[in-house]
Amino acid sequence: MTATIEPEVGKSRRRKEDERLITGRTRWTDNITLPGLLHMAILRSPFAHAKIVSIDTSAAKSASGVIAVYTAQDLDPDGAIGMPCAWPITPEMKAPRRPVLAAGTVNFAGEGVAVVVARSSAEAHDALEEIDVEYDELPVILDLEAAIADGAPLVHEDLGTNTSAVWKFDSAEAGTGGNVEDAISSSEVVLKRRFRQQRLVPAFMEPRACVVDPTSTQITMWSATQVPHILRVMSALTLGIPEHKLRVIAPDVGGGFGGKIGVLPEEMMSLLVAQKLGKPVKWNETRSETMLAAHHGRDQIQDITISATRDGRVTGLKVELLANLGAYNGLVGPGVPILGAFMFNAIYKIPAYHFACTNVYTTTTLTDAYRGAGRPEATFAIERIMDELAVELGVDPLELREKNWIKHEEFPFTTVCGLTYDSGNYEAATEKAKQLFDYDGLRAEQEKRRASKDKVQLGIGISTFTEMCGLAPSRVLGSLDMGAGGWEYASIRMLPTGKVEVTTGASAHGQGHETAWSQIVADQLGVAFEDVEILHGDTQSSHKGLDTYGSRSLVVGGIAIVKAAEKVVAKAKPIAAHLLECAEDDLEFAGGKFTVKGTGTSTTMGDVALATFFAHNLPDGVEPSLDSDATFDPENFSFPHGTHLCAAEVDTETGRIKLRSYVCVDDVGVAVNPLIVEGQVHGGLAQGIAQALFEGTEHDESGTLTTGTFADYLLPSAADLPSFTTDRTETPSTTNPLGAKGVGEAGTIASTPAVVNAVIDAVRPFGVNDIEMPLTPMRVWHAIQHGTTDAGGPGRDEAGGGLGSIDATGGAQ
Amino acid sequence: MIPAPFDYVRPSTVDEAVQALAAAGEDAKVLAGGQSLLPVLRMRLAAPTTLVDLGRVAELRGVREDGDTLVIGAMTTHYDVQRDALVAEHAALLKGATDTVADPQIRHRGTLGGAIAHADPAGDLLAPVLALDASLVVAGPSGRRTVPAADFFRDLFTTALAPDELLVEIRIPKHTGWRAHYEKFNRVTQAWSMVAVAVTVRTEAGVIEEARVALTNMGSTPVRASGVESALVGVQASADSIAAAASHAAEGTNPPVDGNADVEYRRHLAKVLTGRAIAAAAGA
Repeated sequence: MTATIEPEVGKSRRRKEDERLITGRTRWTDNITLPGLLHMAILRSPFAHAKIVSIDTSAAKSASGVIAVYTAQDLDPDGAIGMPCAWPITPEMKAPRRPVLAAGTVNFAGEGVAVVVARSSAEAHDALEEIDVEYDELPVILDLEAAIADGAPLVHEDLGTNTSAVWKFDSAEAGTGGNVEDAISSSEVVLKRRFRQQRLVPAFMEPRACVVDPTSTQITMWSATQVPHILRVMSALTLGIPEHKLRVIAPDVGGGFGGKIGVLPEEMMSLLVAQKLGKPVKWNETRSETMLAAHHGRDQIQDITISATRDGRVTGLKVELLANLGAYNGLVGPGVPILGAFMFNAIYKIPAYHFACTNVYTTTTLTDAYRGAGRPEATFAIERIMDELAVELGVDPLELREKNWIKHEEFPFTTVCGLTYDSGNYEAATEKAKQLFDYDGLRAEQEKRRASKDKVQLGIGISTFTEMCGLAPSRVLGSLDMGAGGWEYASIRMLPTGKVEVTTGASAHGQGHETAWSQIVADQLGVAFEDVEILHGDTQSSHKGLDTYGSRSLVVGGIAIVKAAEKVVAKAKPIAAHLLECAEDDLEFAGGKFTVKGTGTSTTMGDVALATFFAHNLPDGVEPSLDSDATFDPENFSFPHGTHLCAAEVDTETGRIKLRSYVCVDDVGVAVNPLIVEGQVHGGLAQGIAQALFEGTEHDESGTLTTGTFADYLLPSAADLPSFTTDRTETPSTTNPLGAKGVGEAGTIASTPAVVNAVIDAVRPFGVNDIEMPLTPMRVWHAIQHGTTDAGGPGRDEAGGGLGSIDATGGAQ
Repeated sequence: MIPAPFDYVRPSTVDEAVQALAAAGEDAKVLAGGQSLLPVLRMRLAAPTTLVDLGRVAELRGVREDGDTLVIGAMTTHYDVQRDALVAEHAALLKGATDTVADPQIRHRGTLGGAIAHADPAGDLLAPVLALDASLVVAGPSGRRTVPAADFFRDLFTTALAPDELLVEIRIPKHTGWRAHYEKFNRVTQAWSMVAVAVTVRTEAGVIEEARVALTNMGSTPVRASGVESALVGVQASADSIAAAASHAAEGTNPPVDGNADVEYRRHLAKVLTGRAIAAAAGA
């Protein structure tokens, strides 16, 4: 009669949330409608940098359906409100006040200048055209190097500079490694490269929206946000609204990818306007507004120097970054490049390391977190330069990596950055990937095509990555001056009928938490998967949390759930013992039952829950409740890893790239739901490949975003991507009871350099050693035409160019 | 965004449509399939005062023969053009090009006449129509007139149509048995052509007797690559002869510059794609 119950953790369960999300039969923020709802539309500056001479709203005020038109003068006459930045990376960091609406100056094209409130969205938008703004244009600052040059025009006059902060890490100073300058000057081989991380726009499917209802005892704000808890406390701090009078709800949210981590001027405006009018208001945006006004991602210039012995041991790595903040600091924007600071050394044992990042203001949309946030930038740089080093040394790029990576037996391993990687098995993942990919077969084909000077060349790109996610141990965040902790909260409530209600502080926006958390609880408490309900996103019911980003929800939030469940079982045990009239020590708990050891006598968790509810017969001193909560602070980051191999065909006549195959073997420790893991990998790959080949913003010389719609800002569809071959190895994490590691960003982090390395590998015989992203057909074609040597140049198998091998940007376009 | 306000008229016949256009004045716009017009209206790049919707004008739909000519009603959807037996037999190039337009949803509503009247140089149906020596039949207050394709496309989004005129028919001389290929080059699936080449040839025993070649997005209008055409006449199709002919592809072109391609690259693509299109059409 005792059937073996299959564990839920490890099952590829279809997701509970999918039916409503895929059919859209749910409430997105823009679906929310309230009696008397008013609509907001924002007038945005067409100029990237200008003084506002005057704003005439009189005609707009009398337009059809318009209730009010506000400027900064109306909403914040004292200029006291500043949008929050929770990450001042250095004590000396220079930061401008970011107003809710532009006050006196506009600093990027798209900055809000005025807001119309009207009875309908259409009328609000029509009235925007009636607002008359006179601007006096100021010099535009777009180029990073120009921005920090002497005499550069300033984005913010009052700061006296365009440099916001310089953040450094040096292994010699930190005592975690050697001196990188010594390493470089004493090494036989030194390679320098400059890479460009282009600016991206997070293209979440649901544009942002916000509804504020001030008409109840609490102010309620719905927002398409990833961070309802952070939004609540930040709104209270920013506007002085008493925190206990503010309720924030993230209803179903259609994707975020970091682009919805923020405290928005539009959200603050909605709160201010709603309170001013005493009426509910809604703000929403079209895609072209999202492209302009929502924060952008990446945007760095990377100067990388790697030193090595002639026989291929890396001796030092020096990283110098220029990072584009845009016109203002976002909520965590200044810290994004810093999150990558500890990842340039990646999976390798590099003895000496130096990192320096200069954060710079320009007259562009601000940048902030986007899938990977600092780590894709780091992984790109190291995996690209490892390929360059392999060419220089005349060795196979996989062999070079293996020579330098941390061996399986060496875990846990403390890196030159002072991080301790808990577990990993780079050998196993790589071996599996090579087999699935037919690495040797493809290398042979590559040789054939080179020998016959085939018009279609083949390249193989490698990316062996690790990343630091599961943000984060709170003490580490404190040491990095990040203005929040990294814990997560869960509470579990046992309902009288045996069903279970769980509140989580994680805030899903497509990740499938409802399913994965139900699986965890089902195993922990021995209840049916269907009997678990996960509540999230509403600060009134899931009242405590630090939300979802940085691949943290499972490895921090999921563990909070485990800990809460353990407490539930611990509370249930004495009650069960009392009901069964035995000692607690005589009981074992498995499969949802408390069984007296060595007998068939048992009672279920459900029975105990009901008995607790009745409280007719509880032991003395026991509270009539099994409900428990836990707040979990991780002891370390999570370090998933993987080996990604990409085969790219390049049509040398047109420059067109075709991805022939893409294989990845990722290790995310124990997988709670392998189907969800695979979905995350697929989505991550699509975005990482998109950065390599398709996406990238363009601005004209006046600072206007010319890639303002998806007609010009290209996203690949499934038709543009190959079928991915994904597989896993499982090396459990040693720092949490599930053995799980984060996966949400891994695919994106790994794939961009895999693809770029593949293309460069294909056209290297033409003398190309770099092509700037996105690798458009035109850029590839031009690179082939202008390679530094003709087809007789140093190929993959020949040793490199001699003369100390210092090579700057030859071949880059 | 949503369009600025407009008046809406839905005639049932061509005559009614012509009258409606005349009545509405300069700021009226014809609505065919709407696949180009509606995004323009939504982004408020245009704000016509009146839309004249041709969706109910049945006489503008359908494909028929008229002796040596194929006649396609202006409101025939891309979907119907793709599936029409007469088009497949007598104007294979048009079917091949229509197959590459956007996606099935757009092809179900977009129309051949709408695409031609819109005259986007990056649109895929202009070059085939030019290559097939089509004539466009236009209806206005003073009756109908016929304009050869070579005179119809004047400039970027500009045709020989007067503001009070409607495109009603596309007349294509039958190219029965001619082989054809439309070679399209874009960055992502369903995106506009960066450059595309329309080729149709009449071959006999491997010799190209007649050739028509036209280019998409190599200028402000579609362009006939007459240098290529003359170089192909009487030529035995082979890799070398095709490459030699294709080398003339960019002659006389004034290609646009955009984020995807500069002048040098577009000219180069035109030559490469022309070679590929000829090879595919001539079966070499």
